[in-house]
Amino acid sequence: MSGRKIGDVILDLQNISLRFGGVKALTNISFDVREHEIRAIIGPNGAGKSSMLNVINGVYHPQEGRINFHGEERRRMEPHMAAKQGISRTFQNIALFKGMSVLDNVMTGRITKMKANFLEQAIRIGRAGREEIEHRKKVEEVIDFLEIQHIRKTPVGRLPYGLQKRVELARALAAEPTMLLLDEPMAGMNVEEKQDMCRFILDVNDQFGTTIVLIEHDMGVVMDISDRVVVLDYGKKIGDGTPDEVRNNQEVISAYLGVAH
Amino acid sequence: MFYREAGQFKTSYAADQQIFPITQDRVGVLLILAFAFLAVPVLFNEYWLKAILIPFLIFSLAALGLNILTGYAGQLSLGSAAFMAVGAFASYNFMLRIDGMPILLAFALGGLSAALVGIAFGLPSLRIKGFYLAVATLAAQFFIVWALTKFGWFSNYSSSGVISAQEMEILGYKFVTPEAKYLLVLAIVVLLALAAKNMVRSSVGRAWMAVRDMDVAAEVIGIRIMHTKLLAFAVSSFYCGVAGALYAYAYIGTVEPEGFNLDLSFKILFMIIIGGVGSIVGAFLGAAFIVLLPIALDVMVQEWLSGILSPSISSNLQLIVFGGLIIFFLIVEPHGLARLWQIGKEKLRLWPFPH
Ligand SMILES: Nc1ncnc2c1ncn2[C@@H]1O[C@H](COP(=O)(O)OP(=O)(O)OP(=O)(O)O)[C@@H](O)[C@H]1O
Ligand SMILES: [Mg+2]
Repeated sequence: MSGRKIGDVILDLQNISLRFGGVKALTNISFDVREHEIRAIIGPNGAGKSSMLNVINGVYHPQEGRINFHGEERRRMEPHMAAKQGISRTFQNIALFKGMSVLDNVMTGRITKMKANFLEQAIRIGRAGREEIEHRKKVEEVIDFLEIQHIRKTPVGRLPYGLQKRVELARALAAEPTMLLLDEPMAGMNVEEKQDMCRFILDVNDQFGTTIVLIEHDMGVVMDISDRVVVLDYGKKIGDGTPDEVRNNQEVISAYLGVAH
Repeated sequence: MFYREAGQFKTSYAADQQIFPITQDRVGVLLILAFAFLAVPVLFNEYWLKAILIPFLIFSLAALGLNILTGYAGQLSLGSAAFMAVGAFASYNFMLRIDGMPILLAFALGGLSAALVGIAFGLPSLRIKGFYLAVATLAAQFFIVWALTKFGWFSNYSSSGVISAQEMEILGYKFVTPEAKYLLVLAIVVLLALAAKNMVRSSVGRAWMAVRDMDVAAEVIGIRIMHTKLLAFAVSSFYCGVAGALYAYAYIGTVEPEGFNLDLSFKILFMIIIGGVGSIVGAFLGAAFIVLLPIALDVMVQEWLSGILSPSISSNLQLIVFGGLIIFFLIVEPHGLARLWQIGKEKLRLWPFPH
């Protein structure tokens, strides 16, 4: 991998259990994420991977367990607070704002950084107008970075699937997150689109030092780009380590890698 | 106003983020404003000003309010007329009970009162959506009209809750002529429309649309859903409230709570459906359409069909045409006249080459 330095643990999850009624989505799971690393979560369908991300950014609240982010023990947290703390994400099923243009979608990603209140915006004096321009600059950088300049003004609903996924990444990046959660960013893409997406993820990690937690089904991709991998099965953790360690873990092989996908 | 935007490339974000980025749009809006402020009061007679243009502007404002809530923030409401009523009755009471209350301040306070009531009735939106929310706003509609009729204090104990709007006076000038009233209403509506346009193209507007389009993603991005929805209710109700005050003071003069009934709420809803959901221009197009349609139909019936159609049919004709149009727009063009206008422009941009 590149020369970036992996730092200390910034996210530490201890004994997380999450239930939906009788369904045990996660059972007693502990793992950590280090600064600047690419951390993959893998596992068969229904293993609890998405639920894990939802726990990290406060969409789901686990019944048991402790979460420590940047050295702070976290109480019940709502998603918008996670956003404020620098956690951004994309969704397994694209969750763009369908009625808005690409530009507006990405601008929305910066919303926690915009300070003018609605009255200032209504009159557009002072900082409201300045802010729009400043943030537009940042947003254009992200748009350039992800090479979506040509579709800037297009309503996202009209874009093909692969580009929508890229716009969703742009929206997440616009917030300049310290931690980026990606839920199957390459699902449903063709080989070329996957390669592009891989490159973007590596570039984000490399250039901005963003810590990335990634769910992905494509084993080749996971083994290629991640520093460490957590393996879930039926809501339980069955493996954790570098790609090589995970590849050679007997339990993982029988539970997951052996199963044809 | 047919033009192409080809060749207008923006060289700075400031230029791209102007309120009307396309030169022709900017010129067009300025021309319309100049016409509305300078020519209309001279060219149009009293009937047009009083019976068509003033109500058109007032309904545009109410439709604008509803469009902020429903079109931009995605919260369906059937209570617009009730919020208008709050604005009208609150302005009346501020004028009545506070000596020397300036009329514009009374309108603003009327709007603010409506905003507070709007927030209260917007609270259910934090739990319920769509159809059920519409029913909750329906409850607001009935409750407010009932309360204004039931408690005599609101109408200073006049019979059946009727209020007579006080005279409008600003800095010693009395707004009594239709021209003066028209200009006052126009100025207020233009200012509030510009403010609305500014809001929907800023982060508050993007937050509304984000909540409308995908609330989970909106929250994950850092938008506070509760705050955003209630702000939409507040701003929307403020607009409806001011529209209601103008309805009483600049249009009808004497109003009763029943004047702000469910029919009126539906009429405003139809305006945004026909004009364009989630469009500022759409509110104006829809209001123009619904104010002008009955008049146009009347004229047509009298010119061409008198004697052929019995009067009972011709009075129902309005309802039939209305119903048909609503269904047409709901099914065929949910974005209304504003969208048709845009499609026309896009087609024209390619004309005469179809590809
Ligand atoms: N909101 C919810 N309500 C009820 N059950 C849920 C909810 N979210 C997840 N589950 C359940 O939790 C379990 C784990 O689901 P999750 O979506 O986390 O799996 P996953 O590993 O992401 O699967 P996939 O690979 O299919 O995306 C499943 O049994 C699922 O049905
Ligand atoms: Mg999943």
